[in-house]
Amino acid sequence: MKFSEAWLRQWVNPAIDSNTLSEQLSMAGLEVDGIEPVAGQFSGVVVGEVVECGPHPDADKLQVTKVNTGSGELLDIVCGAKNCRKGLKVAVATVGAVLPGDFVIKKAKLRGQPSNGMLCSFSELGMAEDSDGIIELPQDAPLGQDIRQYLELDDCIIEVDLTPNRADCLGIKGLAREVGVLNKLDVCQPLIEPVAATHAETKAISLAAPDACPRYLGRIIRNVNVSAPSPLWLTEKLRRCGVRSIDAVVDITNYVLLELGHPMHAFDLASIDGDITVRLANEGEKLVLLDESEVTLKANTLVIADNSKALAMAGVFGGLHSGVTSNSKDIFLESAFFAPLAIAGKARQYGLHTDASHRYERGVDPQLQRDAMERASRLLVDICGGEPGPVVEAVSQAHLPKTADISLTEAKLSRILGISIAKADVSAIFSRLGLHVSETADGWQVKVPGYRFDISIAEDLIEEVARVYGYNNIPNVAPQASLTMRSFNEAELSVQRLRTVLVDRGYQEAITYSFVDPKVQQQLFPQQQALVLPNPISADMSAMRLNLWPGLLQTVQYNQNRQQSRIRLFEYGLKFVPDAQAEDGVRQVAVLGGVILGSMHNEHWNMENRVADFYDVKGDVEALLAQTSVPDAFRFVTAEHSALHPGQTAAVYRGDSLVGYLGALHPEAERKLGIKGKAYLFELELSALGLRDIVQAKELSKYPANRRDLALVVKTEVRFADIAATIKKVGGNQLVDLKLFDVYTGPGVAEGFKSLAIALTLQDIARTLEDKDIQQLVNQVVSALGEEFNATLRD
Amino acid sequence: MNLTAIMENALEAVAAAADIPALEQIRVEFLGKKGSITELLKSLGAMDPEQRKQAGAQINELKQQVQDALNARRDLLQNAQLAAKLAQEQIDVTLPGRTLEFGGLHPVTRTIERISAFFAELGFEVKHGPEIEDDFHNFDALNIPEHHPARADHDTFYFNPKLMLRTQTSGVQIRTMEQQQPPLRIISPGRVYRNDYDQTHTPMFHQVEGLMVDTKVSFTELKGILHDFLHNFFEEDLQIRFRPSFFPFTEPSAEVDVMGKNGKWLEVLGCGMVHPNVLRSVGIDPEVYSGFAFGMGVERLTMLRYGVTDLRAFFENDLRFLKQFR
Repeated sequence: MKFSEAWLRQWVNPAIDSNTLSEQLSMAGLEVDGIEPVAGQFSGVVVGEVVECGPHPDADKLQVTKVNTGSGELLDIVCGAKNCRKGLKVAVATVGAVLPGDFVIKKAKLRGQPSNGMLCSFSELGMAEDSDGIIELPQDAPLGQDIRQYLELDDCIIEVDLTPNRADCLGIKGLAREVGVLNKLDVCQPLIEPVAATHAETKAISLAAPDACPRYLGRIIRNVNVSAPSPLWLTEKLRRCGVRSIDAVVDITNYVLLELGHPMHAFDLASIDGDITVRLANEGEKLVLLDESEVTLKANTLVIADNSKALAMAGVFGGLHSGVTSNSKDIFLESAFFAPLAIAGKARQYGLHTDASHRYERGVDPQLQRDAMERASRLLVDICGGEPGPVVEAVSQAHLPKTADISLTEAKLSRILGISIAKADVSAIFSRLGLHVSETADGWQVKVPGYRFDISIAEDLIEEVARVYGYNNIPNVAPQASLTMRSFNEAELSVQRLRTVLVDRGYQEAITYSFVDPKVQQQLFPQQQALVLPNPISADMSAMRLNLWPGLLQTVQYNQNRQQSRIRLFEYGLKFVPDAQAEDGVRQVAVLGGVILGSMHNEHWNMENRVADFYDVKGDVEALLAQTSVPDAFRFVTAEHSALHPGQTAAVYRGDSLVGYLGALHPEAERKLGIKGKAYLFELELSALGLRDIVQAKELSKYPANRRDLALVVKTEVRFADIAATIKKVGGNQLVDLKLFDVYTGPGVAEGFKSLAIALTLQDIARTLEDKDIQQLVNQVVSALGEEFNATLRD
Repeated sequence: MNLTAIMENALEAVAAAADIPALEQIRVEFLGKKGSITELLKSLGAMDPEQRKQAGAQINELKQQVQDALNARRDLLQNAQLAAKLAQEQIDVTLPGRTLEFGGLHPVTRTIERISAFFAELGFEVKHGPEIEDDFHNFDALNIPEHHPARADHDTFYFNPKLMLRTQTSGVQIRTMEQQQPPLRIISPGRVYRNDYDQTHTPMFHQVEGLMVDTKVSFTELKGILHDFLHNFFEEDLQIRFRPSFFPFTEPSAEVDVMGKNGKWLEVLGCGMVHPNVLRSVGIDPEVYSGFAFGMGVERLTMLRYGVTDLRAFFENDLRFLKQFR
C-alpha cells in the first residue's frame, strides 16, 4: 500500500526523517518498497487569482489574463487551458520560477501578447502523469502563498509491501499505531463522534449467513448532492495514497478505507427494493458489477441483497444497478464486517481483486464498523450535504471473532529465541503493542485486541517480542547438535560423479524448462500422452516433458541459430510420464540425457576434424555405465523408437529392465524441427545407474598371457555382441580379454559379409598354457562360432 | 718414414676427417692390422734389445698420441652429429595440444553443489522429492489452508485443485518429517514453479531449503548458521540483516538481506522457526522439539556471485553463456 507520510505524521510524528522512518518500518516487518516525492522539484509557484480573462486577439486557443498574486501588481499571463476563467484561484509560476526538469519561467510574448508567468497544471508540477487544464485552488487559498507550502508538497509517498498477516496496517490508523510502538510515542487519532440523525428512516437488515457476516451497519442519508466536487485536500490525500478521485461519494468511502483501513460501500437508495439481507448467493444468480461485467454467482459467494435481487458481491465489488450515479439523491451507506474465510478466494474465483477484497480476505478489525460509519457520515454531510438517518446495526455476537487470550512462559520464549529477555521488558513490548498483558508466575497472560487478528498462539507473541526487540539485537550462535555419524552407502553412485564424467567428455550442462512445446514433443513421441498445464505461461510451454530430448533439441535449435556448430549438451532432471498405477497418476522419473551434434573437436591443426556419430554417443553412454563398475550388466539391443532413426537405435537394458535409449535423431524429426546436421541422443534412467557393485578383488595370475588373433567372416547382419557372448561362453575363465580391433567390408570379403578381427587374450590362474591348450581353445571357439553364426576364418 | 712425419700425417688426417666413417678409415690406415704404426711396431722384433727398448717407447708414444687425437675427433664429430639431430628435431612447443575440450556444469548446479557442500559439512543430508506435488505437501501441511492469501501469492501451476507443480521445495521437508523422527538436519535443492514470467521472474527456478529440528533449536542458531553460510558463500565479510517477515510455515519469520556493492540491501533468503502447526501436521510435538527452516533462491545467489544480470539467461542455455562457467 502507498501512503502519504504527512498524513501519517498527522497521527504520529516521530522526530526522524523519511529515510529513517522507512528503515524503521522495514525492520519492523513492514517492508518499504519505495519512497518518492509527492510532487516534482520546483520553486517560485504561488497562489494567484485570475482577475481578468479574455480571448487572445490572434490565437483561438489562448486567453489573455491578468493575475493577482498579492504583490500589488497584476501579472499579464497568456494561458491555453480551457478551464481558465475569471475569479479562479490558480497556481502561478512567476518569472524566475523553476519548474520540474529545470524549466525556468521567463518574460515572454505569446503571439504578440506579453506573458509574465505561467498558470500551472498538476502535471506541470510533477503531481500527475497528465492533467486536464490548470489547477483550480479553493477560493480561500491565500494570495501569494507558496504552493509547496499551501499544498504541503514537502511530503513523500511511501510504499509498503505488507505481508498477508499485517492487514491491520492497511490504513493510516494501523501504520500510525505501529510507528507509535516503534518510537514509544502516543498516537493522536482524529476525534470520531456520532453524527446525529435528522430523520428516522431506516432499512431493516437481516444476517442470513451470520458466520460470514456477523456485523452489518447501514444508514440512509437523504438529499445528498452527489455532484458536489471533492475538495482538494481530499483528492490530494487520495492521490498520495495511489487512489484516483472519482466523485465525492466514492472519494469519501475511499478516504475511510485509507484512513481506518475499513472498506465502505454506498448504494443508491432508490434502487433497493425493500430490506437488506446479507446472504449467500443462489447458484447461477446473475449480478452486473460496477465495471459493467456480468458475473454468474456461485453458491459459496456472499452477497448483499434486497427483497428481489443481489445488489453487490459482499466485500468485493458493488453492483451496477444499485451503484451511486450522478442522478442519485438518497444513498444507503454500508459498513460491515465480513469474515476472512467467507471472502478469501472469492474475488479470485471471479478474476477480481479490489481494495475491499484485499482487506476483507486478510482481515478487518471486527470492532471498527461504527467508527467507519460515523467517519464517512461526517465527511459526506460536510462535503455533499444531506440528512443522515439513524445507524441500524445487525450483529450476531456469537459469530464475531473471539479475541485471543494467550499464555506464554519465559521458558518457551527463551527456548525458541535462544536468549532471555527481562520479564519487564517483554511486558513493556506487549503494552506498547496495545496488548493487555499481565505477568504470571512463569510468564505472561496476554489479551489481544481485535485489530491484531494475526496473533493467536504463543509463537505469534514470541515473534512480536523479537520484532520489537530487534532481530539484529539477537546474537548469532552456532547450532548445537550431537555428532552422530551418518551412514554412507558406498554402492550409491552420485549424480555429481555422472555429471563430472560428461563434463570431462566435453558436455555442457543445460537446464531446460520442465514444460515443453507440445508440438515438438508430439513430433518425437506421437503415441505418448503428456500431462498438460491448464494455465501455462504460453502454449509452447504447456506440456510436461516425457523425455529430456524435446528440451535439449530446442536448445540445439537455439544455439544453431547463434552460429554454434559443435554442440554437446546434457541435462539431469525429472521426466513426467502419465501412469494410472503411480502416485498422483504420474511417474516422476529422474533421468540423465544428452545430445551431441557437429564436429567432435574444435578445429585443430593436427586432429582429424570428424563429425560425431552413433559410436561417439555410445562411447559416452558406456563411460557412464562404466561408473557402475558392472558395465557387463548392461546390454545394448537393436531397437526402434519413434524419435530415432530406425537403423541407428539401441535400447539399453540392465538385466531385463529397459533403462534407456540412444541413437540418431529420426531424419523426419530432424527436418521438422529444423535441426541442421545429425543429432545423436541418449537418455538413461538414473535408478539404473544409481547403484554400483562393491569391488571384491581377484587373485592375479602369475603365468604368462597369450594373444591369438582371429579374422572371422560372418554375414553383415550378425551382431558383434552375440559373437562376443559366444566367445566368452566358450572361453570360460581362461579368456581374460577380448578385443575387436577391426571391422572390414570390401575387396577380399564377399558381398553381404563382413570380416571381424578379434584378439583373444588367454591365461590360466594355475599354470602356463601350452601351445596345444591354446590351440584347442581357439579351435573350440572357432567351431562354436561356425555352428552358431556360420562364421568362417578369413584366408 | 720417420716417426715425426707419420705423426704429422696422422694428425693432419684426423683433423681433416669430416665424419665418423672417414675417421674410422684413418684409424685403420694408421692403427689397423696393417696400419703404418702397427707395421712400425712389427718392425721392433728385428732390432737389438737396446735399440728396441728406445724405439718401442717412441712408437708407443706415437700410437698413443694418434689414438688420443682419434678419440678427441670422434667425440667432437659425435657431439656435432647429436647437435645436428637435436636441431633437426626441434618443434614449436607453442602449438595447441591435442585435446577434447572440457564441458562445464550449469551455474545453477554449481551453486547448488556449493550450498550443499557447506551444509553437508554440518551434517545436513540432501533430500529430493517430486516436482508434481499434492496440495497437502505443498500447502496444507505447511499451514497454508485453502483460500489463504499466501496461496494466491504463489501463482501456482495447477493440474487440478489437488495437484500442482510445487511452488517450493518445502514438501520435501514434510515428506522427510513424515518418515524420520528428530533430530533432523536436511537440505532440499530443486526446481520449483510459479506462473510468472518477466524480467525478474521465470516460471521455473531453483530453491535450496534447509531444515533442522531438535530439542533445543533456537532463533539465535538460525541466525548463526545463515550468517556463516552467507559469509562463506560470498567469501566476503558482507553486511547482513535479518528483517521480520511472514511465512505461514514459520513463526517468527525473517527475510535476510545482504548489502550489495551499490550500497543497497538485497533480499537473499527467507527463514524462520518452524510453525508449531507444521510440526504437529507431521506428528512432531512442538512442546518437545523446535526447528528452524530457511529457503533461498539459487538463481538470485548465482547472479550475485557471478555477476549475471539477466535471470532468463539461465534457461536459454546459450553455449556462449554457459561456457563461461568452467
